Formats: sequence, C-alpha cells, structure tokens
Amino acid sequence: MINILLIVFTITLLYFVIANRLITYVNILAFQGVLLFGVAFFELHEINLVNLIFILLETLVIKTFAIPMFLRYVIKKNNITREAEPYLPNFASLIIVTLIIVTTFVVSNVINDPHLNKIYFVVALSTLFSGLYFITTRKKIVTHVICYVIIENGVFILSLAVGAEMPLLVNLGILLDVFVSVFLLGIFINKIGDVMQEMDISELNKLKD
Amino acid sequence: MILIYLIGTFLISISLFFNRITAVRKALVMLFLILQWAFTYYEFTHKGITEFNYFKPDAIAILLLFTISIISVPALLHSYDYIYKEKDNRKARTIYYIAMIFLIMALSAAYVSSHIAVTWIFVEITTLSASALIFHRRNAGSIEATWKYIFVCSISIMFVFIGILFLSIALGTSNDDSLHYDSLLTLAPSLNPFWLRLAFIFIFVGYTAKLGLVPMYTAGIDAKDKAPTPAAALFSSVLMNVGFIGFFRFYEIIAHTSLHSWANHVVMIAAFLSIFVATVYVLKVKNMKRMLAYSSIEHMGLIMLGIAVGGIGYYAAILHLILHSFAKSALFFQIGHIYKVYHTKNIYYLGNYFKYNLSGALFLLLAFICVTAMPPSGLFVSEFYIFKAMFAANYVYVLIPVLILLTFIIWTFAKNFFKIVFISPVDFDETQIQKINHFETVSQYALLALVIYLGLNPPVFFDNLINEAIKNLIF
Repeated sequence: MINILLIVFTITLLYFVIANRLITYVNILAFQGVLLFGVAFFELHEINLVNLIFILLETLVIKTFAIPMFLRYVIKKNNITREAEPYLPNFASLIIVTLIIVTTFVVSNVINDPHLNKIYFVVALSTLFSGLYFITTRKKIVTHVICYVIIENGVFILSLAVGAEMPLLVNLGILLDVFVSVFLLGIFINKIGDVMQEMDISELNKLKD
Repeated sequence: MILIYLIGTFLISISLFFNRITAVRKALVMLFLILQWAFTYYEFTHKGITEFNYFKPDAIAILLLFTISIISVPALLHSYDYIYKEKDNRKARTIYYIAMIFLIMALSAAYVSSHIAVTWIFVEITTLSASALIFHRRNAGSIEATWKYIFVCSISIMFVFIGILFLSIALGTSNDDSLHYDSLLTLAPSLNPFWLRLAFIFIFVGYTAKLGLVPMYTAGIDAKDKAPTPAAALFSSVLMNVGFIGFFRFYEIIAHTSLHSWANHVVMIAAFLSIFVATVYVLKVKNMKRMLAYSSIEHMGLIMLGIAVGGIGYYAAILHLILHSFAKSALFFQIGHIYKVYHTKNIYYLGNYFKYNLSGALFLLLAFICVTAMPPSGLFVSEFYIFKAMFAANYVYVLIPVLILLTFIIWTFAKNFFKIVFISPVDFDETQIQKINHFETVSQYALLALVIYLGLNPPVFFDNLINEAIKNLIF
C-alpha cells in the first residue's frame, strides 16, 4: 500500500511538469498532502495518540488545507495570471524530470545500505531535485513558494526513509518552519504585489553589484 | 537559567508589543540587556554544566556569548537614536525592537545548545527575526532583500536538516540522545563514512548562508545592505558567528573520523573561493555597506582557511572570529553616522568627513587600520598566525594567491576610506547638515580598543577559553 502511495506521489511530480495553470499546481500540493498522510499513517507501527495528532496536523491540516487555501487566496488577491509560464517547454521539462527520477533510482540501487528504505529514498531524492529544478525554471514568484513546499514534502519523505524517529521537538520545529516560511513568503508576495506591477522574478533584480 | 532567559525574553517582547509609552520601551530594552548580561555571566560561572539536557555552555559558547552581549549593548542603545530620528510609525518601531531582542535571544541559545537539532531550530528562528529587521524600511529594496533572504535561508536550513537526516543514517541508530554533540564525538570513529560525507556536504552548504561563504553568501549581502545599521552590525558579526558555531561543532566530529583531510579540502576550496569573490566585488562596489559586507566574507574565508590548515590555525581562527565581530560591528555603527550626514551610502558622494564629523573621521582612520589587519590591530596577530599555519602545513601555493587578493582588498579599502575622509564630495549641500553627537562614537572606539587589546595582550582567561574551545581538534 505504501509503495502504491509513493509511486502515485512520483506521478504527481510528472503531472506537475505538464500542468499549465497555477490552480492545478496548488491542487497537486493538496493531493500530495493526502498522500503523505497515507504514507505516514501506514508507517506508524503502533497507534500513539501524540504521533497521530502530530501527523494529522502536519499532513492533513497544514499541507492539504491550510497552505493550499492560503496560496489560492494569495493568487486571487494579487490577480496573478493563471498561466504558469515556465522558461522551458513542458516537453523538455518532462524529459529532465524523468531523467532525475531514473538517475536517483540508479543511484539508490548502487548505494545498497541496509538502514535505508530504498523506495522512500528514490521518491524523496527525486522530489527534492525536481523541486529545485522547478524553482529554476519557473518565472513567477508564487511558483517558487509552491516548489519550496514540494521540496519540503521531499524532506518529509526522506525523514521517513531514514526510519529514525526524530524527537518530537525536532518535528515540531520543522512544522513551524514550513508553516512560518510559507506564510511569511505569502505575505511578502502580497507586499510585492502592492509595490510592483509584475509578479515575476524579473522584478527582483535591483539589488546587485 | 536558560529557561528563565527564554521566558524572560518572551515576556519582555510581549510587553513591548502592548506598550505605547516611549519611556517604558526604553526601560524594557534596558531590562533585556540586564537579562542578557546576567545570562552570560551565569553561563560563564557554570561552564560545562548541562541544563535541560539540550544546553551546555562550553568554552566556545561562552566566548561567543560574551561577544554578542558586548555588541548588543551599543546595538540596542544606538537603536533609540537611530529609530528616533526616522519618521516611522510606532508599529514598525515595536516590531523592530521585538525582532532585535528575538534575534539576540535565538543567537545566544544557539551558541549554548548541545544538541544538533536544537541548534538547527534556533538558527531557524534567527532567519525569521532577521527578516523582520531587513523589512524595517518597507520599500521596494527592502522587500527584495527580505524575499531573497527568507528564500535562500529557508532552502539552506532545509539542507542542514537533510544533513542531520543523513547523519542519523550514518549513526545507524534511531536514538534521540545520540545526536548530542558529545555523544557524536565519542561515536565519531564508528560512523559510516559514506553517509557522513553526504551529511558534511549538506550541513556545510546549509550553514554557509549564515556564515557568509561561497556558495550561499548572496542573501546575506543584500540583508546587510538593506537592514537598519544596528541590525546590520549584528548581521555582519554575531549572525555570522552562529553559522560558524553550527559548522564548527560538526567539524569537531568530522575531525575524529577518517574524513578529516577530505573535509579540510572542501573547506579550503570554499574559503579560497570566498576570498576571491569578495575581492572581485570589493573592487567593484560603490555602496559603502555592501563593501563592508563583502569584506566580512573575506574575513570569514580567512577564518575557514585557519580551520582547514589546522595547527595554530585553529587558535587564530577563533581569535579572528571574535576580533572581526567587534571591528566589523563598530564600522557598521559608524556607517549609520555617515548616512546621517550625507544621506547616501554611495562612496562617490561621500567626502571631507573630517570637516563634518571629527570623531567619526578619526574613527574611520583607526578602523581602516584595524579592519585591514595592520598592526597594532588584533586582527594582524590572528591573520599572521593563520598565514604561519598555512606555511607550516605546506600550503604556500594557496597562501600566495590569498595574499595577492588581500593586497587588492587593502588597496580598495585605503582608496575608499581616504576618499571619504579627505577628498571633497560631489554635489554636497553643506547647509542642511545634521550634527552628530560625538558621545555616540564612544561605543565604536570602545569596540576598536577591544580589538587591539584582545589581540595584543589577551587576558589569561580569554586565552584559556580559546585553548579550551579547540581542545577537541588537537590530539
């Protein structure tokens, strides 16, 4: 079951590449939140109330509802055009992301470590690198935030891949990190929208030497 | 005490948030300074005693705590004046003070934490409070700087977290206690080298955003340029130190494994590239604040060279770190005065500073000597030891290019500083000049005096603390 969820997660990355509208991106984020909840839920060895609440909070409440709703609000408020406007054509991106997935697959087969859960590792790394790739090829500021959340999802899967139970304090710290970063960045998009006309990163190149 | 300190800071921030009276705000900030010094003194007297399982003040933590406590006094007190003359609203001022206090709190807590994840959390808090400070002016430039800072730092912090995950794979156990620095140090020889290598790369790259090295240094430059000067003084000194301590504690672990020489080479490449990049930009920039920010990168590069070559380089690196904090923060405070006189940071429009502000001009001359590491500056001593260590470790082929690059930097600094002090400015209207209170320069002189004194004649306890800080590296 976990394998199916993880494979679906990888497919969402491919879907992200060919999607054209910002709203689709946000919906993909919400769907990834549900998938992560499934993975984390099946991963639980014993039903511990604290763990369950924490996972519910992190995946369903924040990643599926709060962040996508907030991003929708940001997109609406600033009248951001609905096209995603990538620098590269979708077809080329599709090939590159596929290559990323294949490479991580090969690499993780080479590593062969008993402590490592291989399928988690492949999905986590490919999410991570695809997220970085998306950031570099998308023009809009809001897509950078979306890709940041995707990278964060990759890190979430990686922490499951390690299998080590991180102390709750650390998990709470990460939760705070995602929550605050996304909201701060979102608020800043609003501020940028107030000051500048275009919501492109081309507006953010005044500070240089 | 750490609990009292954290809760006290919280309470002070909450009262600051609801307070509307200027006198009360001043009193609250003074209260925080007293709390900060009480905390520092307590940790100094309770060296090596673990508190709440996650905090343990060791020698390097105490050194950096004293540094931040000394710098935070002028940073917070000068803020009165700095903020006062500006026509900003009460809300922005309140947020400024809360962010300052939170930044100082998070930095102090990150220094004393003894658990790799706790350090990570407090470094994360520094990003948030620092971004509130960069945003203080609320114009297009500060929005851009804040955006870049949050974004680059968030990604870097995530890199550090990935590094910690890899470290726990290298450990092979899923135990919370084993991520304490002390237990990592004892477990070091048994760590899996492959995962440890990955962990080092990720943690090092992640911390370079705070530390100000290639590859993630870019966000810090814009931040120092756009933040108010007292905040920029903190960014270019104690905020860089937090990146250093995050790196240094992990480096101590690496030093006990077979990867030591490999890690040294990685650090040396990053350090050399940082000095190179800093030189290229220092030669080019016209903005005074950015020039100083690039100079900080150069100094951090030198510190990392000291760490990489080892030997007496370790001692010199720690000394250089502390002295650089004092020298650079003093210079940033002076930039506040320069900006007050000329209302620009562009070197082209600055000049004849002797005529307008005598104490400031004398300070600039002294600061030039101090920051370019000429005797009697304490930085001369530390840089000399770093170069000596490079000689001893047979890295002459690195040393010679570094020295050539440093010559370029000194030349540029001399050119720009002497222009500000002696040559008349372009299109400057003398009639509306703002008088500088000479009393405000005293703190800057005091910081420079500390640079000279600590370098030339280090007190015994200071010397012992540095030697103790590096005891895990020399074996």
